[in-house]
Amino acid sequence: MTEMFRDKVDINLTVNGEAVEAQVPVGQHAVDFLRHELGLTGAHASCEHGVCGACTIRVDGDAVRGCLVLAAQLDGSEVWTVEGLSETDEIRDLQEAFVARNALQCGFCTPGMLVSAQELLSQDGVPDRAMIREHMSGNYCRCTGYEAIVDAVESVAQQRAGKAKP
Amino acid sequence: MPVKASVGGYARAKDLRHAIELLSSADGMARVLAGGQSLVPAMNMRLSTGDLLVDISRLSELRGVTDDGDTICIGSLTRHVDVGRDPLINQHAPLLAKAVEVIAHAAIRNRGTIGGAIAHADPAAEFPACILALGAVLHVEGPDGTRTITAEDFFHGLFETDLEPEEILTAISVPKAEQGELQVLQEVTRRSGDYALAGVCVVRRAGGHRVTMISVGDQPALAKAAMAKLDAGDIDGAVDALRAEIDPPSDTNASASYRRHIAGVLLRRAMAEISGDEA
Repeated sequence: MTEMFRDKVDINLTVNGEAVEAQVPVGQHAVDFLRHELGLTGAHASCEHGVCGACTIRVDGDAVRGCLVLAAQLDGSEVWTVEGLSETDEIRDLQEAFVARNALQCGFCTPGMLVSAQELLSQDGVPDRAMIREHMSGNYCRCTGYEAIVDAVESVAQQRAGKAKP
Repeated sequence: MPVKASVGGYARAKDLRHAIELLSSADGMARVLAGGQSLVPAMNMRLSTGDLLVDISRLSELRGVTDDGDTICIGSLTRHVDVGRDPLINQHAPLLAKAVEVIAHAAIRNRGTIGGAIAHADPAAEFPACILALGAVLHVEGPDGTRTITAEDFFHGLFETDLEPEEILTAISVPKAEQGELQVLQEVTRRSGDYALAGVCVVRRAGGHRVTMISVGDQPALAKAAMAKLDAGDIDGAVDALRAEIDPPSDTNASASYRRHIAGVLLRRAMAEISGDEA
């Protein structure tokens, strides 16, 4: 076989605004790299084949599956996890709405829910409940039955549009 | 059970020639890694192990949509999300934009690529059936240069295509919709974003109807008997012909007889949508 193929590669990226250099095994998922190497355990590794959404992170501005991206592919990327989005206060209103609306019970799915919802809320327009359900359809919650999650996201959508209900 | 990829090696391609050199050096063991939204889950589930990955995801020359006169040319690394919002695609090949709405979930559409979906040749995926219904032409590059393959000749079977191990799908040329051409896609899923239990693409042109199905066989195929009945204005006959000419699988999601039944239902819905669009 050829020496052009490596079993470990060097990557340079930023994670939550900080520069990171690392050498990673080429089969390692982005979410395992974040959790095991950087100690960022907010994104959860669950189904590990792209179905459940618990590993959702932001890469170069887009919400993506942390289990369907190899760490090797993160070279040159800007990565944000729920920890970074919390520290910068970008999702504070969303987090508060999740608490106020009882949009979590065990909380396992919540980091992925927050990153997905924030992507929707960053887009143009004010999403209605159907749009919220469609956008969040790739994030599984086994506790809440989703109604409270849709309530929370909808309330933030309206707050941010300046149409907060009393 | 841990679900971790088993990878034999990895190389990041610097440009298309480098990618082809890497593929050529790997003695048939290489796999092209683009968006990874089909290949990485397959590796995680150990359906594919020990692959030498040639990562082409940073090759910006393979991304984007251009106007070529009678056709539009879609770079193979154009992501689903970009296909869905591209003005040229929405104007000239709206079937592809409609497909994006039902492909998986937002986070997967942010990463998956049209070329990856076509080269993966999953009969449950939307884009292979769409490009066949549209009569697209695929552009491929390998060590000996470039060649083109019609969508009719590209799919060989379950996850099997005309691509040689050292070739890369670089672009897809799609004919621009004619004046009055209608393109519809109908499918049935258990949950939003799931693979379709069955789906149908119908393209109606002056020259006739083109019909392809999703999730009813080993590979996307033109439903020629149904197309002939539609050309004759016989929708009932087309539904019967479609049900007779497909051989859908039975699995835990749906039986073959159920898939055969909804295939006909979907064709009726598609034709009703076409009538509605005309009105």
